Amino acid sequence: MTHTPRSSRTVLETPLARRRLFALGGGLAAASALAACGGNTGRETAATSGGAAGGKPALSQWYHQYGEAGTQQAVEKFAAAYPDAKVTVSWKPGDYDQSTAASLLTDAGPDVFEYGNGPTIDMIKAGQVADLTEVVASAKDDFNKAILDRMTYQGKVYAVPQVIDMQLLVYRKSMLEKAGVKPPTTIDELVAAAKKLTDSKVKGLFLGNDGGLGLGGPMLWAAGADYLTPDNTFGFGTPAAAAALGKLRELFTSNALLLGAPKDWFDASALTQGLCAIQWTGLWTLPDIQKALGDDFGVLPWPAMSGGKQSVPVGAYGSCVSTKSKNVDAAKKFVQWLWVDQTDKQLEWATAYGFHIPARQSLVSKADKLKTGPAADAAKLVQDFGHAQTPLLWTPKCATAFGDMMSRIVKDGADPAAQIAVVKPVVEAELKRVTS
Amino acid sequence: MFVGPFFLGLVVFIYVPILWSLYLSFFDAYNTVTPTKFVGLGNYADMLGDPSFRDSLLTFVVFAAFIVPTTFVLSLLVAVLVARTRVMQAFFRSVFFLPTACSYVVAALIWKMSIFSGVRFGLVNTVLGWFGQDPIPFLSVTHPPWYWLVIVSARLWLQVGFYMILFLAGLQRISPTLYEAAAIDGASQWQSFRYITLPQLRATSTAVLLLLLVNAFQAFDEFYNILNTFGTYPPYARPPLVYLYYVALGSGQDFGHGTAGAVILALLIAIVALVQGRITGIGRGGD
Repeated sequence: MTHTPRSSRTVLETPLARRRLFALGGGLAAASALAACGGNTGRETAATSGGAAGGKPALSQWYHQYGEAGTQQAVEKFAAAYPDAKVTVSWKPGDYDQSTAASLLTDAGPDVFEYGNGPTIDMIKAGQVADLTEVVASAKDDFNKAILDRMTYQGKVYAVPQVIDMQLLVYRKSMLEKAGVKPPTTIDELVAAAKKLTDSKVKGLFLGNDGGLGLGGPMLWAAGADYLTPDNTFGFGTPAAAAALGKLRELFTSNALLLGAPKDWFDASALTQGLCAIQWTGLWTLPDIQKALGDDFGVLPWPAMSGGKQSVPVGAYGSCVSTKSKNVDAAKKFVQWLWVDQTDKQLEWATAYGFHIPARQSLVSKADKLKTGPAADAAKLVQDFGHAQTPLLWTPKCATAFGDMMSRIVKDGADPAAQIAVVKPVVEAELKRVTS
Repeated sequence: MFVGPFFLGLVVFIYVPILWSLYLSFFDAYNTVTPTKFVGLGNYADMLGDPSFRDSLLTFVVFAAFIVPTTFVLSLLVAVLVARTRVMQAFFRSVFFLPTACSYVVAALIWKMSIFSGVRFGLVNTVLGWFGQDPIPFLSVTHPPWYWLVIVSARLWLQVGFYMILFLAGLQRISPTLYEAAAIDGASQWQSFRYITLPQLRATSTAVLLLLLVNAFQAFDEFYNILNTFGTYPPYARPPLVYLYYVALGSGQDFGHGTAGAVILALLIAIVALVQGRITGIGRGGD
């Protein structure tokens, strides 16, 4: 789902994952196109739209359908509490990213909307989203830096992070102890552990039914490379990066990976049902794991190779303002009120309905759920090793080329260096296009 | 007058979008449907120069060459068998037709998560287990390309029933006197099929072939739902429409390239259909 800016895996998979499952029910292009044309935009009718409803401006705010109980009531409560405008919340099931992106082309779109990892670079370039630099100014240093940077282009902030999600490795302590395996901190240890933990019933490691293709990003970071360099040039043309991606092929062919699990990596059932000993999953599964395994589990970042660093991908929905809004200023003020000023509501949103990390450092320490056990470890991983899933300039076209490359390397056994050379011109052409 | 509302719908939802697509395909149209930067044939050149798009076109020419005859033969076979059945014909007809009523998405999910699930308790793997085989992760490996087995079996299950009904209708229009005359002349079963049934089904066959062909190039639903994982689609078995979906309708709203690709695909379908018409003699007049 997260398709993110089509990064292969958006962190936001959580609710996204669930949502997407629902979306599958009708989630064809046609369906989402229709959804985009759907009548109820959440705006007031023509009589009041853009005008004043009882002296107050009317705003519509869109969310995708979160999976956790109580989330819809919560955002409606937040909106109703705003004194300076009449805010109508639209709760959008189905393929949210696509229908929202399409609705921004029309006058029927939202005033305020959330978008995975902030708006895309093409939304920014097309002038579809408003500059929110002033809105976050008062708390700029308090937001998680990796996330806020992801939503910033040329010094201007285009979205306010709402809540942080992350992906990480979770392992069964008892299984590792039984096999005499220590929690791995390097890629080689991980490969060895996966092999050692595999027997006829249990596979050592589950990285997803795609066989670990989605770990391309963390593998680059493990090798000290990245999708793009800090000054936005191609970031993984090194032998170390090629070697790292080759490690995923080694894992894929080792017979130690769980493949074709009924529920993919976004769900913890592979781990809780004993199909694997270590699983790549999202922070959102920790409550399920805790329920099933008690304290028989621990969390780990994606390991490193020499020259690289351990990492956890982090992502966040960012609240954006559409420039097609008839009340851009009122919309900005609302975003500032809810996602910058109202810290109690932000804390409630992050911790009361599921398992997320507040986007602001000052709130992390206030979150009771994040004070002990693996959850506390996970929160620390975000601070120490958090890495935005993909850079802002990593366009969908780059993501497709990267995904194709990963598939060819991992599944077909293609030479990593040669495949990287195929992707490089695609990425460079896209960089040239978006920065021109 | 009577066709007014229908015609209006046709114009608004079919012709205007088609023309608008054509228009967009000549522009640089990122995240806008009212573009200003004219690029001429640039988008077409980009799409034709895009190895991923060319690959998907090629894959689907090959796919069509396989799936069209296969579906055709299977549905004709089932239709003939059902037509010959004297007991419970209505029952068998319904049983074979029933999958047509099933949603592609639902079928795709059942195929993916239950029948061809990669773990040892997936349906197929359970059966393989009885024979001492290791579980096969059908959708996670590319050597051998097991995913085709999953996709093709799902597609056949979903489609054969529909074309069977078309053939049945055709079969029932063949006058029984022809078969009686042939029987009196001592024709074998195969001879009656070859020289009476097949020629008499010519109109139906042509229609079925054309539908199958368009269908093969427009493949989307079962491919997308079986092979898509979290917004990414592997580079193999990627239908042109799935590729274009990711270009133009995902978070990448690149309508210029997307529409150019769609026009290329439409032209390709038209060309193949024309060639097929030549071969099968559609519109050649006569019977």
